[in-house]
Amino acid sequence: MISLSSYLILGAVLFGLSIAGIVLNRRNIITLLMCVELMLLAVNTNFIAFAHYLNDIAGEVFVFFILTVAAAETAIGLAIIVLVYRNRNTIDVAALDSLKG
Amino acid sequence: MSETIRTLSLIMVCAPLLGSILAGLFSKILGRKGSHRATIGLMLVSLGCAIAIWILVIFHGGSYVGTIYVWGLSGRYHFDIGFMIDNLTAWLMIVVTFVSTLVHIYSIGYMADDDGYTRFFCYMSLFTFAMLMLITANNFLQLYFGWEGVGLVSYLLIGFWYQKETAVFGSLKAFLVNRVGDFGFIIGIAAVLTYFNTIDYQTVFANAQRLFDANTTISVFPGTHWSVLTVICITLFIGAMGKSAQMPLHVWLPESMEGPTPISALIHAATMVTAGIFMLARMSPLFELSQTALTLVLVIGATGALFTGMVGVVQHDIKRVIAYSTLSQLGYMTAACGASAFAAGIFHLMTHACFKALLFLAAGSVITAMHHEQDLRKMGGLYKYMPITYITFLVGALALSAIPPFAGFYSKDAIIEAVHNSTIPGHTYSYYCVLFGSFVTALYIFRAFFLAFHGKERIPADTKKHLRESPWVMWVPLIALAIPSTVIGALLAYPLLYKANSLFGNSIFVLPKYDVLKGMAANYHGWFSYALHAFITWPFWFAVSGIFTAWFCCWYMPNIREVITRRIAWFYYILVKKYGFDDFNQIVFAHGGRRLGQFFYYVTDAKFIDDYLVNGSGRAIQWGARMVRRIQSGYLYHYAFAMIIGLLVFLGWLEITDTHIGLFKLLTSNYFTVE
Repeated sequence: MISLSSYLILGAVLFGLSIAGIVLNRRNIITLLMCVELMLLAVNTNFIAFAHYLNDIAGEVFVFFILTVAAAETAIGLAIIVLVYRNRNTIDVAALDSLKG
Repeated sequence: MSETIRTLSLIMVCAPLLGSILAGLFSKILGRKGSHRATIGLMLVSLGCAIAIWILVIFHGGSYVGTIYVWGLSGRYHFDIGFMIDNLTAWLMIVVTFVSTLVHIYSIGYMADDDGYTRFFCYMSLFTFAMLMLITANNFLQLYFGWEGVGLVSYLLIGFWYQKETAVFGSLKAFLVNRVGDFGFIIGIAAVLTYFNTIDYQTVFANAQRLFDANTTISVFPGTHWSVLTVICITLFIGAMGKSAQMPLHVWLPESMEGPTPISALIHAATMVTAGIFMLARMSPLFELSQTALTLVLVIGATGALFTGMVGVVQHDIKRVIAYSTLSQLGYMTAACGASAFAAGIFHLMTHACFKALLFLAAGSVITAMHHEQDLRKMGGLYKYMPITYITFLVGALALSAIPPFAGFYSKDAIIEAVHNSTIPGHTYSYYCVLFGSFVTALYIFRAFFLAFHGKERIPADTKKHLRESPWVMWVPLIALAIPSTVIGALLAYPLLYKANSLFGNSIFVLPKYDVLKGMAANYHGWFSYALHAFITWPFWFAVSGIFTAWFCCWYMPNIREVITRRIAWFYYILVKKYGFDDFNQIVFAHGGRRLGQFFYYVTDAKFIDDYLVNGSGRAIQWGARMVRRIQSGYLYHYAFAMIIGLLVFLGWLEITDTHIGLFKLLTSNYFTVE
């Protein structure tokens, strides 16, 4: 039997990886988007694990919602990236610093 | 009778005030003539009332003590305007109104072509009002009112020619130095109010003995226990030191000679500067109970009597010579008060008022004739041109030098003798000071006399053409002052000083153990024999040798002065520098004060408050903003990282503070473990 904590550790590892991906990635904005998706998946793993161990269906329902939202979000994100590329001719993360104060 | 005295006193005090208002506010309507007529007329009214009061008080034994109205109430204290008319006041008011009236008349001539003519009369009458308030007061606050009033008018009149820089400097100096004295004075009054719970003279004097017996002490500095009466007397005396120009607060008086000469006569010789002496005599019930204070008064007075007189010997300005003479004579009066011979001090005040006003007015007559030239080196041989001034100046000089039978002899000799017989600590030193002072007195005044009226004529040629005797408005007051300067000593010495029941009545209080005048009374056998007796006493021969020295150095062999000056150059230098008091004050207080101000301006204000606090807070915010801007790199991943860090901090905080639902606990518990 795989214990709950093993699942939670897996989720945490995934989450940590995605954070590392966001922070360390200096080149491609698409990688950034993928990392965000990975983060959501890590959360989904937690939800599934808890739903299973607590015998509560609500967790699984939530996962569906999250997947839907993530799909929509990725679509919008990609669209934004396309626009960014059209405007600036680059999707290099290091070049996108117009928020600088 | 006391009702009559009350009414007369009111008129006497208020008439000069009315005159001052008329001359000051309505001078446009009254014109120059109208202004001086109004002020002099009202001064004559005041003089008349003073004489009437004097007759009532001295010959009919009248007196008045009472409140005219309540000025202010504060809790259990009440501050009144009131009069205390007794023998002492009666004598003083005669002196004040008499000299003041004469100076008013004299000013018609002296100020004849001055633009500030009406202003001058306004100030003089205002001064008389303040002085009369001072001497008629029946409580300390009214005394203080008059005290400050005369100080104010003195300031205004020293700086009367306000376009002259030295005059402005002099007036400011007088004001500031007097402020130091007045500060002590008001502390004294505050101490009186604290310990006696009243500022009324009679109550205070009545309770003084009780306070003395109770031996109440006060701790002025930590660890010291001083008798309250001593502290009160010394602080009051500090006030007198300022007003009566005692060392070391005497520095303002020579400077005050920048004012018009009638003012030097009225304020800075005859009346205002004697306010301190009057105050000492008035407070005799307090001073008598503190031997420490009496010693201080005696020593300071005697020191001033000798040392300021010596400075007068090296002055070239005729008015400055007389100014230093005033300092010296004030020292004599103070020393008399210190030796408990208050009556002698007041008597010398009266004779001094006459002969010093005479000397000043005669000097003023010389100055106007010389077209406002005051330098003795440019005079000489004036006796031919101005006989009346010459003779009156001589009378004044003889009176000042205490040559019998002139007025100054009786008062000054009494003082020297009183200091000699005194038993108060410091009397030996003081005796030698005042004794040698009589030599110095004769020396400086006759030096001025011979330089101005005898010897070679050193007058510039164009002045010489116009040189003639002053108009009658100027020489009439001279003669009017020369007469009392000659006779009042002989007339009043016995009734004021030596008679068992003197004309001062019980207004002056002297403890029997200090009563030196009583001992001297036994040796007094009429004015003539007293004058003859002078020929076998030291003071007389000191004075005569002073006159002889002056004659020898200034008339007979004028060149010898330069030889003497060269021989004792160091001593001459000390005298010319006035013992360094002026330089000391200039360096320490004036420059030091300015330095201190600059320190506070540049360091505390500009540097600390403006730079560090005001601009500094702005700079700190700018700096902080610059630091925070660096965090805002514009890169998404920085923001995301910051969010995560924030989340971790938040969770960590939750973990620490709330152990019940801690995340770590949640993870490690076996709550979720499925069996």
